[in-house]
Amino acid sequence: MTYRAFLIKYSEIGIKGKNRYIFEDALCARIRENLAHIADGFEAIKEQGRIFLSCPEEYDYDRTVSQLKKIFGIWAICPVKVIPDNSFDSLTKATGDYVEEVYGDREITFKVEARRSDKRYPIETPQICADMGEYLLKRFANLKVDVRNPQVRIHVEIRNNAYVYSEIIPGPGGMPVGANGKAMLLLSGGIDSPVAGYMIAKRGVTVDAVYFHAPPYTSERALQKVIDLAQIISAYTGPIKLHIVNFTDIQLDIIEKCPRDELTIIMRRYMMRLAEHFAKKCGSLALVTGESIGQVASQTMQSLAVTNAVCEMPVFRPLIAFDKQDIIDISEKIGTYEISIEPYEDCCTIFVAKHPVTKPLLHVIEKSERKLEGSVEALVEKAIESVRIINVTSSKIYDKSRDE
Amino acid sequence: MDIYLDNAATTKVCEEAAQAAMNAMMTDYGNPSSKHTRGLDAEKIIKNATRIISGSIGAKPSEIVYTSGGTESNNMALIGAALAAKRRGDHVIASGYEHASVYNPLISLKDFGFETEFAPVDEMGHIKTDELLEMIRPTTVLVSVMYVNNEVGSVNDIAAIAEAVHKKNKDIIFHCDAVQAYGKYSISPEKLGIDLMSVSGHKIRGPKGSGFLYVREGVRVRPLIWGGGQQKDRRSGTENVPAIAGFAAATEQYDLKRREAVERLYELKLFFVNELNAIEGVYVHAIEREPDGSFSASGVRKTAPHIVSAGFEGARAEVLLHALEESGIYVSSGSACSANHPGISSTLKAIGVKKDLLDATLRFSFSFETTREELEKTIEVIKKILPVYTRFTRK
Repeated sequence: MTYRAFLIKYSEIGIKGKNRYIFEDALCARIRENLAHIADGFEAIKEQGRIFLSCPEEYDYDRTVSQLKKIFGIWAICPVKVIPDNSFDSLTKATGDYVEEVYGDREITFKVEARRSDKRYPIETPQICADMGEYLLKRFANLKVDVRNPQVRIHVEIRNNAYVYSEIIPGPGGMPVGANGKAMLLLSGGIDSPVAGYMIAKRGVTVDAVYFHAPPYTSERALQKVIDLAQIISAYTGPIKLHIVNFTDIQLDIIEKCPRDELTIIMRRYMMRLAEHFAKKCGSLALVTGESIGQVASQTMQSLAVTNAVCEMPVFRPLIAFDKQDIIDISEKIGTYEISIEPYEDCCTIFVAKHPVTKPLLHVIEKSERKLEGSVEALVEKAIESVRIINVTSSKIYDKSRDE
Repeated sequence: MDIYLDNAATTKVCEEAAQAAMNAMMTDYGNPSSKHTRGLDAEKIIKNATRIISGSIGAKPSEIVYTSGGTESNNMALIGAALAAKRRGDHVIASGYEHASVYNPLISLKDFGFETEFAPVDEMGHIKTDELLEMIRPTTVLVSVMYVNNEVGSVNDIAAIAEAVHKKNKDIIFHCDAVQAYGKYSISPEKLGIDLMSVSGHKIRGPKGSGFLYVREGVRVRPLIWGGGQQKDRRSGTENVPAIAGFAAATEQYDLKRREAVERLYELKLFFVNELNAIEGVYVHAIEREPDGSFSASGVRKTAPHIVSAGFEGARAEVLLHALEESGIYVSSGSACSANHPGISSTLKAIGVKKDLLDATLRFSFSFETTREELEKTIEVIKKILPVYTRFTRK
């Protein structure tokens, strides 16, 4: 069966009262953007609680579905047969043709589920189901009705046109990116932060990112790894403005003047400050990190509190209560895991103390930080001025192995 | 201007080689096995290349088997010769600091019922011949010793080792990994007593994916790659004509320039190692010292002209490498070692380099085009950055 259209059902958008159009428009826009590289002529239009996506004459079906499965806000993707003439006779015949084309002579149990958004339609819903069922039974010896637990539910939706479908491909859920503001993700080369970016985007948040580079202690390959990660999650989040901050001098200043066991925590406070600076500049309203309680020394409750103390913006930590394995599972699903485990050191590990503080006290850390006064301000300024921003967009190469 | 001192990893392809490869891709693009003229033209390229390449080592054209490079040559030599000799015995010996493309095939031979032993190496990076000879048993079928060590540039006396090995048992197949030696030395495997010799093209400014295995007439090697029977059944697959053409062109250039260039490189190396030696906390590996601790021309000449290995006390190799890179100087770390990547160089360990220098060693490797100015600049940069990068270390 060659489909020329999809009926796209969305998840929570449906309940958003008067703002619903914002979400629907965002979803239509994301669908258009994400399909533009597959073929010209996709058209996504709102249609009474659904989005109707019509496809050009020639397009790659698998690739289109794969792409749609990455668009947050989509709850289900239904490849549909469009029946322009919705008089009941032609509707039943066309439904029969659909069933023949899709199921051939396979023995199946079925049920017709009809829906009439056009209430002026002369036949009422239960009657449509009954008559349609009867027609199909007469026409195909291989069909049997099972109203409780059918193998196939044949959906017939009567709108301006009529739509018939029986396959419902699950989408990722969530909300369309762009519908819920923008946030700045602190992206490292690790496993957690890309997953955090993915998860926040799933709630409709546009994501920008900041990475702290410490050449020559961290290599160009470590940076490339982060760009690769950003590229993978950008398939879900849309284009990411990746801020590459040279952190070396700040880090060395801290090493030189502060106790080594406080290095990581003080570094993280500077990273948060810098991230917040860039967030404000880009119009982001929050920071996002991949932290999870207790995972490492800098992520104990006390450390998180001390790190958090430098931020004015809310800091979102979508993985805060996740076990490592749960995070790994998601990273494998979205395809970041194999990149995250490439063995390039990032600036957090390179000078790490053997026994970093795990229960830092804010006043102690602040006292240590005062030793940086007079030198660090200029270094922070320099880091801000020398930031490199690159626009990371997802690869347009179709990787079939990534289809779930 | 970039200063590329990682020529033992790979070299920039020379103009002549690029032209020859280009010609074989764009003009004489035929398949040498095709019966028409296009095929004949390609076959001619291979014949001509083989004449140059076999000539460069004083071998017969029929003794050259083209491969995809050093790794394949080593695999073919070791696995192929061991399997072909299996009826005679099941014991193989190699030196304890061979390249991974020798070491790992030998380890894999265990699956075929072979036992592999590795002979120890001394501080100067030479295989301990006496101990090697003691390892030889009646069932020993294969001995592999590298010509020039790729990490520290030490040179084994292949003629003496091969002779001693064959004296114990003339049937033992003697393999030599000459990847770092080819082009820099005039090598005649026949005179040296080598039965199998591996060579790679991209170390001498030829294209990547080129290389050969010298197989002395009469030595049996079981093919690793089976197919259409090219290269007299020894290595099937359409010959990589562009790579072979480029490789031959590069060989020609090296043969033309070698005498003069190697002389010059030894002078540069002497200058460079003495400059390094004079820097506090820098230790040059595997070159004999004079009583006063310096290096002499005769000491340096016992090593390969193009490789220098030195440890930088208190620094981390990878960090230094990236710091040099910031000044446009490209070198390699003697070992790839980091918290996530615990693969300390077997060579450095084998030659007894101090533990704290294992992860602090850089390799500088020259090409025939390396200049004194480049090395002066490198020394200058090292002097400048070393204090910075020994100040901040892991705790």
